[in-house]
Amino acid sequence: MAQPAAAGKYSAGVKDYRQAYWQPHYVVKDTDLLACFKITPQPGVPREEAAAAVAAESSTGTWTTVWTDLLTDLEYYKGRAYRIEDVPGDDTCFYAFIAYPIDLFEEGSVVNVFTSLVGNVFGFKAIRALRLEDVRFPIAYVMTCGGPPHGIQVERDKMDKYGRPLLGCTIKPKLGLSAKNYGRAVYEALRGGLDFTKDDENVNSQPFMRWRDRFSFVAEAIRKAEAETGERKGHYLNVTAPTPEEMYKRAAFAKELGMPIIMHDFLTGGFCANTGLANWCRENGVLLHIHRAMHAVIDRDRHHGIHFRVLVKALRLSGGDHLHTGTVVGKLEGDRQATLGWIDLLRERFVKEDRARGIFFDQDWGSMPGAFAVASGGIHVWHMPALLAIFGDDAVFQFGGGTLGHPWGNAAGATANRVALEACVEARNQGRDLEKEGKDILIAAARSSPELKAAMETWKEIKFEFDTVDKLDTVNA
Amino acid sequence: MKLGTFSYLPPMTPPQVRKQVEYILAHGWSPAIEHTEPQNAVGSYWTMWKLPLFGESSVEQVLAEAEACHRAHPDHVVRLIGYDNVRQTLGTAFTVPHA
Repeated sequence: MAQPAAAGKYSAGVKDYRQAYWQPHYVVKDTDLLACFKITPQPGVPREEAAAAVAAESSTGTWTTVWTDLLTDLEYYKGRAYRIEDVPGDDTCFYAFIAYPIDLFEEGSVVNVFTSLVGNVFGFKAIRALRLEDVRFPIAYVMTCGGPPHGIQVERDKMDKYGRPLLGCTIKPKLGLSAKNYGRAVYEALRGGLDFTKDDENVNSQPFMRWRDRFSFVAEAIRKAEAETGERKGHYLNVTAPTPEEMYKRAAFAKELGMPIIMHDFLTGGFCANTGLANWCRENGVLLHIHRAMHAVIDRDRHHGIHFRVLVKALRLSGGDHLHTGTVVGKLEGDRQATLGWIDLLRERFVKEDRARGIFFDQDWGSMPGAFAVASGGIHVWHMPALLAIFGDDAVFQFGGGTLGHPWGNAAGATANRVALEACVEARNQGRDLEKEGKDILIAAARSSPELKAAMETWKEIKFEFDTVDKLDTVNA
Repeated sequence: MKLGTFSYLPPMTPPQVRKQVEYILAHGWSPAIEHTEPQNAVGSYWTMWKLPLFGESSVEQVLAEAEACHRAHPDHVVRLIGYDNVRQTLGTAFTVPHA
């Protein structure tokens, strides 16, 4: 087996990476952080050399030997490529599995893990493209992270919602409403039967509606809707801000108003801000909804970037009580099996390796809470049976246009969605097959709900049937 | 006033309630019955009707307890819940009308 120069004479110069960083007989440790990369090498670069180069550049190595290498135990600290596999149906690339010792990463720092794993190595010349497909976080590392501030079970108790998914709605138009008009839209949707409404991700604190005014009017809307219905309600107050100081100021005001939930955009805001805000939420008893703007820039290309399942793991470690996961059935990208894989990674205690769902490693979350999967984007009442069948109860279904676009307004749109959801839950509990009998279930429910009947007539024809761009590799085989 | 899951559907008929009790038992959840004055329905805690029916496997027995609760407290709302001890949550919770 190749060894780095150690305890011997110093010899300057450039060496093949595989001498030190390709170890096909390495036995992985329970404490190792494991990564699976999809590597597309430049022509003429052997697989072992490319895999070793990625291992080196994402851990201890640099392009040449340096004398200070001899002052440390590189054999212990280095990452090593330990396995190479074909990518089904694609011979331009291959999978490389790399093991990193846990010492390479600061405890509780998603920031530090990603700076190493997806840092300089992604611009490395010897490879044409590189994608981080999956990461196994050892339980020893998981337990150094805060995770979701509350988790699914605590949120159900705080919001008093049991036995069904929750219902939300993003307020539209996404930009341009005054704070008072915005609060009106919130009130109407909540009194009609939704559990949550949501700031669109673009809504921060623009000149037409400053954050403090929005928070105040929304708080009034929530209190009134709660008093009328007797149910607990919330609105994801977006505290994503230009600076952490401003973010915390907005979060504190939401708490002062007694609001149950706030919101953050974890990729544009950044892992540092997100982890800090999650800690704040845990300390202050405020739920945290997470949006994922920018994810498709990172995760959509099949050969380069970071797979969304890795971003899901990053968010669960950094902290959030909800995360957008795609809908499978709506207007946005999302393969069904792959989606089932990452919603398990978001919600379950232990997830087994399952290549048919794109999962490369067993992942043990220990005692870290799970978070709600949020399905949002181009969905309406006709999608309800499929959504419930796919996501089960621990999810939030968010109908923006599918609530506000109802011909009779937000309250009727909200009622239509609530009736459709409850009818589907009742039918599922009776043992009926939602995806086969969905139409009959909705038609029967509409007999006692004119709101639902009108919604079903409005949206009957809408379909989103484009093929997904990012298919699972197993599908291409 | 709306009281949780299924409150946007018409009141359940006895056969519909029976189906939901079967669902609770099929999951191995512990059925339980709670009741309260309607004006006190907001809040986490209603009054328990006896202890949760641990180990109960008879749909008839669960329905009979809900009915007994209604008879003892005719002005109260009554709900049926399924305690999921594994996930430490309620697998379901919904109000049941007088049979």
